Amino acid sequence: MATAQGEVILEVNDLRTYFYTRTSVVKAVDGISFNLRQGETLGIVGESGCGKTITALSLLRLVPKPAGRIVGGEILLHGEDLLQKSEDEMRRVRGQKISMILQDPQTSLNPVFNIGNQLMESLALTHKEGRKNLFQRAVESLRDVNVAAPERRLEDFPHQMSGGMKQRVVGAIAMSLEPDIIIADEPTTALDVTIQLQYLRLLKDIQARTGLAIIFITHDFGVVARMCDRVAVMYAGHIVEHGSVRDLFNDPQHPYTQALMDSVPKLEEKVDRLYSIEGQPPLLWDLPEGCLFAPRCPHARDKCQEYPPTFDIKEGHTADCWRLDPSW
Amino acid sequence: MVNGAAPLLELQGVKKYFPVTKGLIMMKTVGYVQAVDGISFTIKQGETLGLVGESGCGKTTTSKMILRLEVPTEGRVLLEGKDIQDFKGEELRDYRTIVQAVFQDPWSSLSPRMRVRDIIAEALVVNRQVSSEEVKNRVEEVMTQVGLHTDQAKNYPHEFSGGQRQRIAVASALVSYPKLIVLDEPVSALDVSIRAQVMNLLKDLQGEYNVGYLLIAHNLATVRYMAHQTAVMYLGQLVEYSDTEELYKNPLHPYTKALFSAALPSHPDMIREEIVLTGEVPSPINPPSGCRFHPRCPFAMDKCSEEAPVEKEVAPGHLVSCHLY
Repeated sequence: MATAQGEVILEVNDLRTYFYTRTSVVKAVDGISFNLRQGETLGIVGESGCGKTITALSLLRLVPKPAGRIVGGEILLHGEDLLQKSEDEMRRVRGQKISMILQDPQTSLNPVFNIGNQLMESLALTHKEGRKNLFQRAVESLRDVNVAAPERRLEDFPHQMSGGMKQRVVGAIAMSLEPDIIIADEPTTALDVTIQLQYLRLLKDIQARTGLAIIFITHDFGVVARMCDRVAVMYAGHIVEHGSVRDLFNDPQHPYTQALMDSVPKLEEKVDRLYSIEGQPPLLWDLPEGCLFAPRCPHARDKCQEYPPTFDIKEGHTADCWRLDPSW
Repeated sequence: MVNGAAPLLELQGVKKYFPVTKGLIMMKTVGYVQAVDGISFTIKQGETLGLVGESGCGKTTTSKMILRLEVPTEGRVLLEGKDIQDFKGEELRDYRTIVQAVFQDPWSSLSPRMRVRDIIAEALVVNRQVSSEEVKNRVEEVMTQVGLHTDQAKNYPHEFSGGQRQRIAVASALVSYPKLIVLDEPVSALDVSIRAQVMNLLKDLQGEYNVGYLLIAHNLATVRYMAHQTAVMYLGQLVEYSDTEELYKNPLHPYTKALFSAALPSHPDMIREEIVLTGEVPSPINPPSGCRFHPRCPFAMDKCSEEAPVEKEVAPGHLVSCHLY
């Protein structure tokens, strides 16, 4: 497991990304803060619609316009606020400082260009050299993601490759400009289990080699347990619990985290009946007052009508829940 | 009932080959995709068989043959001892009501133009002579059983969330009192917090209706939770088949072991040996000689590339096809 001792390279403070529709405001990301150190992996866990992907898109300033807008907060990359940058400056951040791997490799690659073209296109951004050199670099970057016979593979089109292979190519493109941070948005959800393990190991290897920081967006606690150093659990646009992987697995404090963990069947033991969380996640344009999990929470009391502050449980482990208040 | 004479469903050496053709007018068959190549298993009444394997291993083709959407190239599919290919007319209509399916994606499996009550009632109305009063009562009954409000019956599918849609799909499968339901990845499209709800629902209904499930899934933990028996498939063949608990405690086939080790841990401190398979699943058009798993198998011997292993019963009810045993 990578050590989390590097310096802080990314700091997100009170980020808010809202979507404006004709009738309402959808608070997709509503005041989240976290930081990321060099060489560490931060997991962002949550269900669909909780704001994981919008968080990632906000970091790259790629929130769908004009409905989506970053309305508050700051994103400090090496101390510089990305929200103050011009669009031209942002273009140099994307890919070169922060890069992204998406869930479905089928749709992130262009079907009418071969792999070599697509790799060299991104390499050409920083390396102003002849085609021959670029080709060599492309071969190298494919070799780095363990693609066999890279010279031959560069001629292939996406449809000639398997899903696992395509995702490696996407990884190679994301890595080609040597970014400091990679955001991996459910990169293995579309892959088979044995291929998933190959891919996760590859990411870990690359991280160990280059000191890359990874933000791993997932809904799977297994991926978190395997990959992450720290975890942020998101629910309806908020980070409800944040801590090291061990703190979270050994001592989850927010009822949502606890319930999520209990509702996942385990491979290692036979369970007779799974715990199931009743109800559904709230609609983001019609959020309940106070704590957003209260309507589904078995512990909810009157006090939960008010949104709880963030309580420190111990160094580096926080949760938004009134149960941590001494007066509970 | 469970210990009756013929099992609810039995597959005997079922094969399905799809021809690969060349040319447009003078079509020539140049080979076959051996999608399913000689598999046999049984499902007892009121029990669940979990079918596990990676994509392309033939799970879905198997389920299509059970639903009579594909005709087996060889072998037989028996429902309560009768070959389903022999069913005609009334018998076939009966078959269509007692064998039902729930699919992975509740966004595409429900017709967007039908009201929920019509979707659920379809299996009853199409195949059986029932009065509209009976239909209405039965629809309301199953809706309550799957945890939907009866006043939602007039709504359209887009008005429901993913978990609710999957409940609608379950209700429409249950309405005609089926004996067997094919569940093709029933929870993998749902959110984590909703999965447990649907899995618990399916388990409860199995108890109430005494219905058999064929559960197709790639998530091993889901299968352990749901299935009484588990079969592991690789490239169209069963490599291991056993009681679920026996299989999970004592996996024998190298592929099963690799699958288990590739499943992600449920705790960060859990350290286990990870068997990383090299390469990917070979093409079913030209499957490897001998044991189909040998090119990726860490324990492969000379014999494995020459001779296909025979199924062996290593413990009561625990079948493995591997030269190691």
